[in-house]
Amino acid sequence: MSRRNDVRDAMLAAVPSLRAFAISLCGNIDRADDLVQETLLRAWANLGSFQPGTNMSAWLFTILRNLFRSEYRKRRREVEDAEGSYAESLTSLPDQNSRLEIGEFREALKMLPPEQRESLILVGASGFSYEEAAQICGCAVGTIKSRVNRARTRLAEILSIDSASDFGPDRETRAVVNSS
Amino acid sequence: MNRSGPSQRKTKADVRGSETVVKLGPDIKAKIGQQLRLMYSEVVDQGVPERFVEMLKRLDEATDEGIEE
Repeated sequence: MSRRNDVRDAMLAAVPSLRAFAISLCGNIDRADDLVQETLLRAWANLGSFQPGTNMSAWLFTILRNLFRSEYRKRRREVEDAEGSYAESLTSLPDQNSRLEIGEFREALKMLPPEQRESLILVGASGFSYEEAAQICGCAVGTIKSRVNRARTRLAEILSIDSASDFGPDRETRAVVNSS
Repeated sequence: MNRSGPSQRKTKADVRGSETVVKLGPDIKAKIGQQLRLMYSEVVDQGVPERFVEMLKRLDEATDEGIEE
C-alpha cells in the first residue's frame, strides 16, 4: 500500500504547520493539538474525497479551519479565558528582546477580526498563495487580498509602526496594546 | 529608539480604529512578515509530536485489518 504510505507521510509533514495555524486560531496549545488530531482523523476517514495530486496541506488546513469554526461558536468564551497556556508552551527564543517583541505582536494579532487574522497567517506565515488561502477559507481571491491588506494596516496601527526600525517593545506601543 | 514627540503619536492614535487607509511601505510589510514567520516557526520548529506519529500508525494498521488483501 505505497499510496497510503505517501498519504501518511504527507499528513505528518503537514502537522507542524497545522499546529502553528491551529494555535494562531485558538490560542491554546492543548486545544490546538486536539484540533490537529481531529483534523487527521477526519482526513483519514475521508481520504476518498481527497484528489491525489492536489495539495494535501491545503486540504488539511481546510478541514482544520472548518472544525475550528464549528467548535469556536460553541466555545467562544472558554477560549478567551484560556490563552495563558500558549506562551508557556513555547520553546525559548534566542533573546529576551525578541521574545518580548513576539509577545506584543501576538497580542496585536488577537485584536484583529478572525477573518483578517487567519487570512494574514495563511498567506504571511503558512506560505499559501492567495488562491490557496481563498480555497481554504471558501471565499474569493480578492476577499483574501483585501483581508490581508486590512490586517497589515491594522497591525501597523496597533503597534504604531512608522518604519521598520520603529518596531519593538516600548512604552507607548505597550500602552496601546494594553489599552484594549 | 529614535522617535518623534507625543504629537506624532497622537496622530497615529487618531487613525487607529477608523477606516482611514494607511499607506504601508515595503519595509513595514517586511517587518510584519518577519514577525509572523518568527511566531509561526516557534511552533513549527517543535516538529511532529509523537502522538501524531503513533495515531497515524494505528489508523494505518486498523485500515490494514479492515481490508482483506
